[in-house]
Amino acid sequence: MISAIVRTAITGLRRDRASLALSFVLPIAFFTIFAMVFSGQHDTIPQVKLIVVDQDHTPASRKLVRGLESDGSLAVSTRPESKDPKTPAPDFTASTAEAAVKAGDFPVALIIPAGWGQHPIAFGGGNDEASEIQLLNDQSDTIAPQIVAGLLQKAAMTSMPASMAGEGEKYMKRYIGGLTPEQQKRWDANLAALETRETLRDQEAKSDTSPVKPSSSASSDLGGGFIPVHTRGVVGEHKNKNMISFYAAAIGVMFLLFTASGSAGSLLEEQESGTLDRVLSSRVTMTTLLAGKLTFNTLLAFAQLTVMFLWGWAVFHLEISGHISGFIVMGLCTAFAVAAFGIFLASMCHTRGQLGAVSTLLILVMSSVGGSMFPRFMMPAAMQKAGLFTINAWAIDGFQKVFWRDLPISELWPQVSVLLGIGIVLFVLSRRIARRWEYS
Amino acid sequence: MASAVSAPSAVAALPVQVTGLAKRFGSLTALEGVSLRLESGQCLGLLGPNGAGKSTLIRAIVGRVLPDSGQVRIFGAEASTAAARQALGWIPQELAIYPRLTCRENLVSFGKYQGLSGARLSEQVAWCLQWAALEERAGDPAGKLSGGMKRRLNMAAGIIHKPRLVLMDEPTVGVDPQSRNRIFEMIEALRAGGMSILYTTHYMEEAERLCDRIAIIDHGRIIAEGTSEELVRNAFGTRSEVTARFSGNPEEIAAWVKQRGGSMSEGTAQFTFTRPAEIAPLLDEASTRGIGIEDVSLRRPNLESVFLHLTGRELRD
Repeated sequence: MISAIVRTAITGLRRDRASLALSFVLPIAFFTIFAMVFSGQHDTIPQVKLIVVDQDHTPASRKLVRGLESDGSLAVSTRPESKDPKTPAPDFTASTAEAAVKAGDFPVALIIPAGWGQHPIAFGGGNDEASEIQLLNDQSDTIAPQIVAGLLQKAAMTSMPASMAGEGEKYMKRYIGGLTPEQQKRWDANLAALETRETLRDQEAKSDTSPVKPSSSASSDLGGGFIPVHTRGVVGEHKNKNMISFYAAAIGVMFLLFTASGSAGSLLEEQESGTLDRVLSSRVTMTTLLAGKLTFNTLLAFAQLTVMFLWGWAVFHLEISGHISGFIVMGLCTAFAVAAFGIFLASMCHTRGQLGAVSTLLILVMSSVGGSMFPRFMMPAAMQKAGLFTINAWAIDGFQKVFWRDLPISELWPQVSVLLGIGIVLFVLSRRIARRWEYS
Repeated sequence: MASAVSAPSAVAALPVQVTGLAKRFGSLTALEGVSLRLESGQCLGLLGPNGAGKSTLIRAIVGRVLPDSGQVRIFGAEASTAAARQALGWIPQELAIYPRLTCRENLVSFGKYQGLSGARLSEQVAWCLQWAALEERAGDPAGKLSGGMKRRLNMAAGIIHKPRLVLMDEPTVGVDPQSRNRIFEMIEALRAGGMSILYTTHYMEEAERLCDRIAIIDHGRIIAEGTSEELVRNAFGTRSEVTARFSGNPEEIAAWVKQRGGSMSEGTAQFTFTRPAEIAPLLDEASTRGIGIEDVSLRRPNLESVFLHLTGRELRD
């Protein structure tokens, strides 16, 4: 008897492809995505984009910059990309580097101030703040500054050991009163050998233009460090609840997608009940019907976003007052794209059950790759690029520009264009697919 | 309303004129060369068993099924054109209403879909509620109504724009006899108002009660058409029908009934006679052959008999 029940259930599951996909494909898809993000089992280590501004121009600072450039975990830029390769852009300055971080082009910038090379290391905070390396960061990315701070220490130790030893000698003299003549002689000899080795390595490095292999030390214990660094958040430093806008957008878009696909599913219900036939036998055409559904779903999604952000304002003190116009622009564009996505899914599916399964699968994958579940900067480069094919990524980026970077509406054009484009394309495709409902 | 179909050239056109309509769904032939005409103000019944092609024909007339060949004209306009849509109302077999909306909200929605607004819409909604006897339930969600009430609301939604032609696809499916009578009264009220009606059913009684003319459809073809009397007369002339139940060897009985020109259906033998006097010799012969007689009745043939006569099958098979 039990075997008959089991056999019936297995047959039912085998013929319900949607449930089958939910049972097996979704867990595997999620396992893969999470494994790629968190386990490092991917081919490309996510590089941290870093601006380095060398105001010191000493051998020590140049060695440090080269050390940072040679680290595969960092993508170091000392000047902006030039549109004309023949005329390179001028080097970053402290102010242009700060502007680039504020604009979201780079998560971190390092400013090596003039005079740093005099005392590159400090035990116990001996240096004055003016000659400390400045680390400017965007606080929406909590990981990049930690990585850069750690790799900075590593770069100093590996790229300028002679300088490190020389500085160490100075501290030794200051705290233990110097060496005996014999010890000093041996110390000088070793220091000279170290400097020779450094020079030779620099020459080799200059002649070797092959790409540098990623360093394996990105995961080493970075500790407190010998290089004094003064960290300053240049974006989000005055936000009282800095990540609320990110989560409102990230979680909001994911649930908007679910709601939109559920709401668009009313088309399938109406088709099953015969109401769709009756409506289409009246003056209402299929284009009018889909446009009506799209309008309703857009308004519903926008209302959901509004409620979510108002909740963020009321409970988490999210700053809304200065961002209303940006919110309306991003909210409406996001709502439009999401609504069109829902209509598209509904037009693709034949039953409500099929829609439920397909939408769950697609929305969860889109949300994880698009940054609704964890920030995209945590992902490998390839996955970050894949995220650009999702509504989530563009919507989250747009809301971040509004609420986090305080950018004007004019700066939203890439996100607005893409979201409106996605909406229009999906709606046109839905209209084509919906022909099957028009006539038998 | 329907200015396009009210043009002088269209006024004289028939409410429905179907010519040589054919439709196949894969290997299934749903309609095969169907021709039909509905005169103005008439009620034409489309009688046939389930799967005969009634709904496909109705949906082709509404413009929801694209025929493989043939033509459908509504008051002279091609089916599925705006003019045709405005002129007709469709009451589908399914309960095509919004269950979460109230009766009034349903009617308002469908009225707007038909282009009504303002006072005309309010007037039509009030008229439909009264016509369907749903005034007292106007504010109740459609999903909470009884089966009969849902059917009536379904009908009201189909005629909210007061069309000149109504297509009714088995509007009494699944309703109790009392509700069915109420629906008949509603249809008779429409007929009294001069509305042209195309009515599909597999209930002979409905066709006989409501329809001026009846077309019998089977396997996608119209196999007979006329008034109820014409259909019976054409099939049976002045003959009467005798049904009898016999006892004995079923195979022997069936062979004998066939030999005598009758037919067997569900254990009952059916014969047609021109004169009642022909019955006695039949019963004598049965006794002679040792076949027991359990029950005998005489009746005038009806549409059911016509269908059986034409197809060899019961109407509700």
